[in-house]
Amino acid sequence: MPVDPSLVGREFPAPAPLTVTSERVAAFAAAVGHPGDDVPPTFPIVLAFDAMQAFLDAEGIDLHRIVHGEQRFAYVRPLEVGDELSATLTVTGLRQIGGADIIATTSELTDASGAVVCTGKATLVHSSGAETVQ
Amino acid sequence: MTTQLAAGDVLGPSTFTVTRADLVAYAAASGDHNPIHQDEDVARSVGLPGVIAHGMYTLALVSRAVAEWTGGPEVVDLGAKFTSPVVVPAEGGAEVVVGGTVKSVADGLVTLALEVTCGGQKVLGMPRAVVREAVVRA
Repeated sequence: MPVDPSLVGREFPAPAPLTVTSERVAAFAAAVGHPGDDVPPTFPIVLAFDAMQAFLDAEGIDLHRIVHGEQRFAYVRPLEVGDELSATLTVTGLRQIGGADIIATTSELTDASGAVVCTGKATLVHSSGAETVQ
Repeated sequence: MTTQLAAGDVLGPSTFTVTRADLVAYAAASGDHNPIHQDEDVARSVGLPGVIAHGMYTLALVSRAVAEWTGGPEVVDLGAKFTSPVVVPAEGGAEVVVGGTVKSVADGLVTLALEVTCGGQKVLGMPRAVVREAVVRA
């Protein structure tokens, strides 16, 4: 089943805020080999992924049919331990190529004061049926 | 000692070996448990050549390389297209090579052009990182 075209413009918040704890940061940094004591720049994907999962669940899309096509982050400031972050994903575009849906999304991460900390733009490639993506 | 980066400076390359165990650890730390990063049968069922690394794991390796080259400055922009999958075999691992060039230094920001390959093939499209110049060290 192709993805519903009326999705463009709809927003999907992550179900819960994410508190950036030193334990979480240490586990993420160890998994990616991040050399510093700061929060690894790709850490915001943890919350952006929650927002994406909320979107997939709402639309009945299986995660295993999704391949990450593109990801870009623009940071207003570095994340810090103690931040409590919320995320909302907006579907910004949708097109079909060869049996796959190319879903463009923007996820805005805000801190407890409501200020934007980081904006993530992702393209999700959804292979909808027996067709293959490559 | 602080050395300013200048346009044209070559950084790296750095080589990272990615194993299935790395993907399991990354799934746990990131929350991304998509089985295409763990299960050969599921990966093949959706048309992939085998288990592939999370695109975000590869992008994290880029971020790691940039931090190692430049001393961990503030990153203001980071991203790439995941144009070709990093296929991770059950035994051994896949070697990801990250190389960089300083594209420009302007307004306190250093823009790095990157090349990221696996098995000699580019795996990221238009990978780019922008870091703050003020704390760049070499």
